[in-house]
Amino acid sequence: MLEFKNVTKKYDGGKPAVNNLNLKIEKGEFVCFIGPSGCGKTTTMKMVNRLINITEGAILVDGKNIKDQDPVELRRSIGYVIQQIGLMPHMTIKENIVLVGTLLKWSKEEKDERAKELLQLVGLPEEYLDKYPHELSGGQQQRIGVLRALAANPPLILMDEPFGALDPITRDSLQEEFKKLQKELNKTIVFVTHDMDEALKLGDRIVIMKEGEVVQADTPDEILKNPANEFVEEFLGKDRLIQGRPDVTTVGQIMESSPVTVQSGTTLKSAISTMRDKHVDSLLVVDIDNVLKGFIDIEAINLNYKKVIEVQEVMEKDLISVSKDSLLRDTVYKILRRGIKYVPVIDEEKKLVGIVTRATLANLVYDTIWGDGMELAEVANLAE
Amino acid sequence: METLEQFINYFSQNSDYIWVQFYKHFLMAAYGVLLAAIISIPLGILIAKYGKLSSWVLAFGSIIQTIPALGAMAVIMIVMGLGTNTVIVTLILYSILPITQNTYVGMKDVDKTIVEAGFASGMTRFQLLRMVELPLAVSVIMAGLRTALVIGIGITAIGAFVGAGGLGAIILTGTNATDGTPIILAGAIPTALMAIIADLAMGWIERKLQPVKESKTTA
Repeated sequence: MLEFKNVTKKYDGGKPAVNNLNLKIEKGEFVCFIGPSGCGKTTTMKMVNRLINITEGAILVDGKNIKDQDPVELRRSIGYVIQQIGLMPHMTIKENIVLVGTLLKWSKEEKDERAKELLQLVGLPEEYLDKYPHELSGGQQQRIGVLRALAANPPLILMDEPFGALDPITRDSLQEEFKKLQKELNKTIVFVTHDMDEALKLGDRIVIMKEGEVVQADTPDEILKNPANEFVEEFLGKDRLIQGRPDVTTVGQIMESSPVTVQSGTTLKSAISTMRDKHVDSLLVVDIDNVLKGFIDIEAINLNYKKVIEVQEVMEKDLISVSKDSLLRDTVYKILRRGIKYVPVIDEEKKLVGIVTRATLANLVYDTIWGDGMELAEVANLAE
Repeated sequence: METLEQFINYFSQNSDYIWVQFYKHFLMAAYGVLLAAIISIPLGILIAKYGKLSSWVLAFGSIIQTIPALGAMAVIMIVMGLGTNTVIVTLILYSILPITQNTYVGMKDVDKTIVEAGFASGMTRFQLLRMVELPLAVSVIMAGLRTALVIGIGITAIGAFVGAGGLGAIILTGTNATDGTPIILAGAIPTALMAIIADLAMGWIERKLQPVKESKTTA
């Protein structure tokens, strides 16, 4: 749909504003460009509809080099939304919406129909068509700004911090509305922002730029999980990284490392006394090398107490275990889904290294909500 | 009281003559401003687009403005001879600054983001000028024409010295006659009235051309 090939922009005598940018954007993709001011994100966007000329390289829209196209025709075929909205104050809302239609010489009926159709998309009443921009609130004005970009049904829309000047509540609702609209209409969006929350919320892919170069271009999940470098981490901020972390916590990080075990050769009698000592109703059975063999629980012992002597004869060999490096979220899913009480954790050689129980999970939830135990202790100290 | 009576007398006896001069006076001023507008509005647009020219052009306009009108008219008379044309050329010179300056300011005041939005929507330079910049600047440009017309009506009164007629001719007659005060008034009062009416009328048009309008449903 949209492809940047070694795109470079240099202003007279100075560092390149955009340096050797390569990027491919698929149809229907919502791509957010983000970075500190002066990182070249807006320049990159403006090169697409030739508001800024490319110094070197090429930009292809639908496989066609934009340099081979008439700039005026090109701009009419690409939607454009800016932060300052930029509605024509001397034109009615209707005239504003179908501005591109006017340029393309649509008939009056076509324009009327299109304006009504579009206004319905954002849930504004038809009376608004004859109003003037200054009679609308900021949020309503930007809705019209978005409609203007959609009027000629362009497959590609460029947006330069479109919701940046709105108050947080309006911004939130507009973001949601717009994301929905984009999915419905299957538009390709190039969205420039400096608001990471916005990028994470809206983008299918986020392109993080710094000093004219792409630092990382990935899905929001990937960026949160694997920030490419310190700059990205810093840009994301500590809070968001913590938010992203529970997703990537491994079992090894939260397991209890000393589960209650018995050797496979022990008798049922001593197994029972271990249970009683440790206050558990189930034991993991390991061999001499600490390799997990199975588990044994109080019911099995009850049923077979008189028939057998050693634990390996009654232990349940069919048990679910997880490796130390598996993701916590998958493990939680297993525990909840199968209704089991715990999962033993093993290493590469099947040796038992720990256990995740429902109590472990409860502790984790507790920590997430209340912070780690330290704070609680401090509070307790203060109270005393 | 005597003066007032004489004034009314003179006025009623010469009403046709005064009217003819009034009309001629107005036409000279209007032509001068109109012709100046034809030069100055494009000039103003040009210097608004190419910023480097603006200081030169506006400085030149200001210099013209400092020359006393009577002196300028005398110099132009040497080239153009006696008559209305000399007055009109003088008016053009004096109207260039207010009209050019207001066009320049009007064009510069158009919100850059609106221009960008129009341009990025695929307007050509000319469409941008016709559909966005001029409609948004037109009331400021009108204010320039208004100033030029009011100044012009004043300058035209001096035109009598170069034989152009107009209400100035009546004032001149008055100054040459003994006890000519009523005649001077018969020339001066219509001149003042014309300036005031022109100012009000142009002000009304200027307001009508305000780009930001209320919708009919709420107005």
